[in-house]
Amino acid sequence: MPNARRGVPWSHVQLDEHLFRRESARMVAALTRIFGVHNLSLAEDVVQDAFCRALEVWKVRGVPDNPSAWLMATAKNRALDVIRRERTAATFAPEVSRLFESEWTLAPIVDEAFATEIIRDEQLRMMFSCCDPRLKEEVQIALVLNILCGFGAQEIAGAFLAGRAAVEKRIARGKQSLATSQRLFDLTDDDVASRLPVVQRALYLLFNEGYHSAAADSVVRTELCREAIRLTELLAGDARTGTPSTHALAALMSLHAARLPGRLDGAGDLSALVDQDRSTWDTALIAHGIALLEQSARGSEISVYHLEAAIAAAHVQAPSVARTDWRTIVELYDRLMGLAPSPVVALNRAIAVAQHAGADPGIDALERIAGAERLAAYPFYRAAFGELELRRGQRDAARSHFEAAVHLARNATERRHFEKRMQSCDSE
Amino acid sequence: MSDYIYLFRTTAEARRAAMGTPEIAQQSMQRWLAWMRDLETKGHLKNRGQPLENEGKLVRGKSKVITDGPFAEVKDLVAGFMIVQARDISQAAELAKGCPILEGDGAVEVRPVMAMNF
Repeated sequence: MPNARRGVPWSHVQLDEHLFRRESARMVAALTRIFGVHNLSLAEDVVQDAFCRALEVWKVRGVPDNPSAWLMATAKNRALDVIRRERTAATFAPEVSRLFESEWTLAPIVDEAFATEIIRDEQLRMMFSCCDPRLKEEVQIALVLNILCGFGAQEIAGAFLAGRAAVEKRIARGKQSLATSQRLFDLTDDDVASRLPVVQRALYLLFNEGYHSAAADSVVRTELCREAIRLTELLAGDARTGTPSTHALAALMSLHAARLPGRLDGAGDLSALVDQDRSTWDTALIAHGIALLEQSARGSEISVYHLEAAIAAAHVQAPSVARTDWRTIVELYDRLMGLAPSPVVALNRAIAVAQHAGADPGIDALERIAGAERLAAYPFYRAAFGELELRRGQRDAARSHFEAAVHLARNATERRHFEKRMQSCDSE
Repeated sequence: MSDYIYLFRTTAEARRAAMGTPEIAQQSMQRWLAWMRDLETKGHLKNRGQPLENEGKLVRGKSKVITDGPFAEVKDLVAGFMIVQARDISQAAELAKGCPILEGDGAVEVRPVMAMNF
């Protein structure tokens, strides 16, 4: 029996846990360059074929030393088959289809599409195409997750606490719109500057969904954050899209993600910043975030991302809650309120005010939040009142706020957290 | 110890479903690798088999009509085979319970390989 791996202990073969998701996104990028974006589903079929083939072959011969190269080569061969079979009938990408007519140019063109830097470029173009302002934000994000991160409808639904059917509809609607465009967004166009904020916003929401998601599964959440960071770094690494605000966005994500291990304590409970074990924070990621923040200061532009990144930097650079520069944080929140006022920003500002000036001014700031009715269902709004009432010794008031937060909790982790806070009103 | 052949039978649809999204494909792959690793470490895996292409032809009946695959509509597609060593057929059947093909719509047909002593 031909077995290339005979003698190699099977148990040593480890598969990277996100291999297929990551490679799917890269293969789709290369294949849409060849087939054209209107043939996206054909590209996805080829990817699925490559996976089926991998299963059959790897079962017998073992996982290849470079599984990613194996999958790419398989997808490439399959693409050549498809083109040879259908080149007279189908229309492929307008930029390259003329070159498919001759065998002399066909193979080099297909090879080129799978080159690392071309894939990177295609992923950027795809990102811009997915973030079409005519599509709803939720559709843009579902598309990015599906095409650029390789998540299926079920997994996206799980992360967003949405129904699978609803997510499938979003993806289908988005793909329909993609299919009608003959080509991907062109990064040499003048509209890069006007489309860039839409892309940044989608990535920002994607990251937030991972960071604050009400979905309890911490693995999914970490993956969403990781993907948002990966795509933002892709954006930052390109001269055409790596603007100061892109760097600020990347900085903000790194500085928040550095705290992700500390956000879920041993029991999987949400730790308030106060209780977080700062030794669990990722110091390499913090350094990376600070470097990005410095890069973002090159221009004169001050975006929302700059301010949010600066706030995150003030938090991670402080040795403790008590020794945090709360005055600066309050000032940054004031500027943020000037640029992009929202009840959630006002809530965070009020918490900073309380840290800087005490519980009374904090409660005062909470009570003066404009549009606070929009926070009515947000458990952390009531919890903030609870914390400050507790701090000024009003245990009964504090307890009833935490109780309200328990009822508003969106998952078991949040509920446990607020219940614990409620109990602390009796024990302290 | 005797030899038993596992014939993996499934539908084209179930086969694709096992690879439906990258995440599901990854899980299917990991299950297969884990199951085979387990058989191997316990000394049951004799021959991993050979991968089969999806396409094929079917030659049938006295008239010897040749029809084309792929057998997309076939309810009972032979997806592959493998040879294991087991004490007896009930142990071989028991070991087949771990096969990931069962998570889909598939089946494992367990057949003793005839011992040809004479």
